[in-house]
Amino acid sequence: MATTNSRTLARLMLLPSVILLLAWMIVPLCMTLYFSFIDYNLLVPGEKEFVGFLNYEFFLTDPAFFESFFNTLYLVTGVLLITICGGIGLAILLDQAIWGRNYVRIMVLAPFFVMPTVSALVWKNMLMNPVNGLFAHFAIWLGFEPIDFFAQIPLLSIIIIVSWQWLPFAALILLTAIQSLDREQLEAADLDGAGPFSKFFYIVLPHLSRAVTAVILIETIFLLSIFAEILVTTSGGPGYSSTNITYLIYTQSLLQFDVGGGSAGGIVAVIIANIVAIFLMRLIGKNLEG
Amino acid sequence: MGSITLKQVTKNFDEVNVIKPLDLEIKDGEFIVFVGPSGCGKSTLLRMIAGLEDTTSGNIEIDGVDATKTPPAKRGLAMVFQSYALYPHMTVRNNIAFPLKRAKVSPAEIESKIANAAKILNLTDYLDRKPGQLSGGQRQRVAIGRAIVRQPSAFLFDEPLSNLDASLRVNMRLEISELHKSLATTMIYVTHDQVEAMTMADRIAVFNAGIIEQVGTPLELYKKPVNKFVAGFIGSPKMNFIDAPQNENANVSCIGIRPEHLTLSTEQGTWTGTVGVIEHLGSESFLHINIEGKGTVTVKADGDCPLKYGDSIFLSAPTDKILKFDKDGLTIR
Repeated sequence: MATTNSRTLARLMLLPSVILLLAWMIVPLCMTLYFSFIDYNLLVPGEKEFVGFLNYEFFLTDPAFFESFFNTLYLVTGVLLITICGGIGLAILLDQAIWGRNYVRIMVLAPFFVMPTVSALVWKNMLMNPVNGLFAHFAIWLGFEPIDFFAQIPLLSIIIIVSWQWLPFAALILLTAIQSLDREQLEAADLDGAGPFSKFFYIVLPHLSRAVTAVILIETIFLLSIFAEILVTTSGGPGYSSTNITYLIYTQSLLQFDVGGGSAGGIVAVIIANIVAIFLMRLIGKNLEG
Repeated sequence: MGSITLKQVTKNFDEVNVIKPLDLEIKDGEFIVFVGPSGCGKSTLLRMIAGLEDTTSGNIEIDGVDATKTPPAKRGLAMVFQSYALYPHMTVRNNIAFPLKRAKVSPAEIESKIANAAKILNLTDYLDRKPGQLSGGQRQRVAIGRAIVRQPSAFLFDEPLSNLDASLRVNMRLEISELHKSLATTMIYVTHDQVEAMTMADRIAVFNAGIIEQVGTPLELYKKPVNKFVAGFIGSPKMNFIDAPQNENANVSCIGIRPEHLTLSTEQGTWTGTVGVIEHLGSESFLHINIEGKGTVTVKADGDCPLKYGDSIFLSAPTDKILKFDKDGLTIR
């Protein structure tokens, strides 16, 4: 299948889908770029004039921008830390020979199937509510004052909710990686006198490095754009304490009707996402080679 | 020291019995080979000696001390696995150092032991490479290096050469034999290849369906197999089995003749046959000869054998080279 003819044919056949995907990406990107350079507010009809980098200046000098930038970073790193560490632990537990392990594995994946809005609402109203929530009841039973999660620790609460959603994903990927570990290596380590901790740190963990890299890369892409969980729980508040870049762009363009400013924010978000992507690929991308 | 004694050892996987009660004494410094067809329990027994599998009943004694319940690392044995089981993310140096570091040996001593092992095994130039950058034979040597630095009382080899190509296998066979001569440590070697068993072993234990059929030196097994299974398993090409004539002796149900003991003649002989396929190896030829009503036998002949496909030929064998088996497959002496 490697003749010149078949290769040319393959390229021709691929062309429509490549063009479609390219247009799908290029057209919105160009429109966003265009909007970001004009003064375009839905409340102010009339001539949309070119304003240069003014939209960007407003967006980047907004104090809310820095707060939401760091919130985004905390959110991504926090969720990554919890899901990777918890995922490795969960994967090791799920790898043990237990009765009904296939059913347990499917059950563990369940949080991933729940829509973000639904799971955030469940957490907000049934678990973290300071009056009716399960955690509040538990705190009162222990004699503590209940924590008002979304008022006192809004960002951490969102990190917890998002981690709960992404933990199964990480656990499942890591579980398949653990299962691909050559059992003879563990047996050799047994004979070499390695205890459970040595075996974990010298054999299991290095073996998992590729899977961990994949989980980090995939999760980061999705975690940079967390939105629904913030909208239904804290609406970015109190103040801007749980606003991330995505949510800030939403407030700019749809709550303040400033399409120009929102578009500038969108372009900034794209640039930040690319910086993060390059940074990650440089840092851990070599794990994926070979 | 490295004597290992198995006393009435058995092994069950769930309800399935894979090793029936078995006794075996392995002397210090001996090279013993467990050989048998796949699924006969030889690897399982090796893993039980290593401590990687529980022993269902019976005792395993190492140097006279009961080690049945001792964890693998405390038994003082080293194992070379079929897949080599090298740690892929560590360099050769770290692979070899791994057991020493776990045993808290001082860095200087580790360094000298690695250098020594690398010299014995010709690995000095490869110490900073990772296993993925090595050839099959080099990986094999690293696995052996990791085993010898621990100075174990016995080495356990689990089909170590089965992943190598044929010419490399011959070389590694020699290297392992030489290693045994220079270290003079007990070695237990599992293989399904009877050539490896015959060439390397001091003693061979032939396994079949969870029991040891016979233990003995290679020539004992070749000359005096206790039953039809051992006779057929040892020797290459395989021994020919011919159903005995009913009237001759009621006890003998079958006779066995090795291909190298059959002689061909164009004039006379015990059996008459037609020449089938001839395999020319240069130094010798294997002839597959069809004897009317008896089936096909293999004959080992000279390299420049003039016979052709379809020729008629007479076969005979000296009576002292013919083995007789009764209806249970046991050898009649």
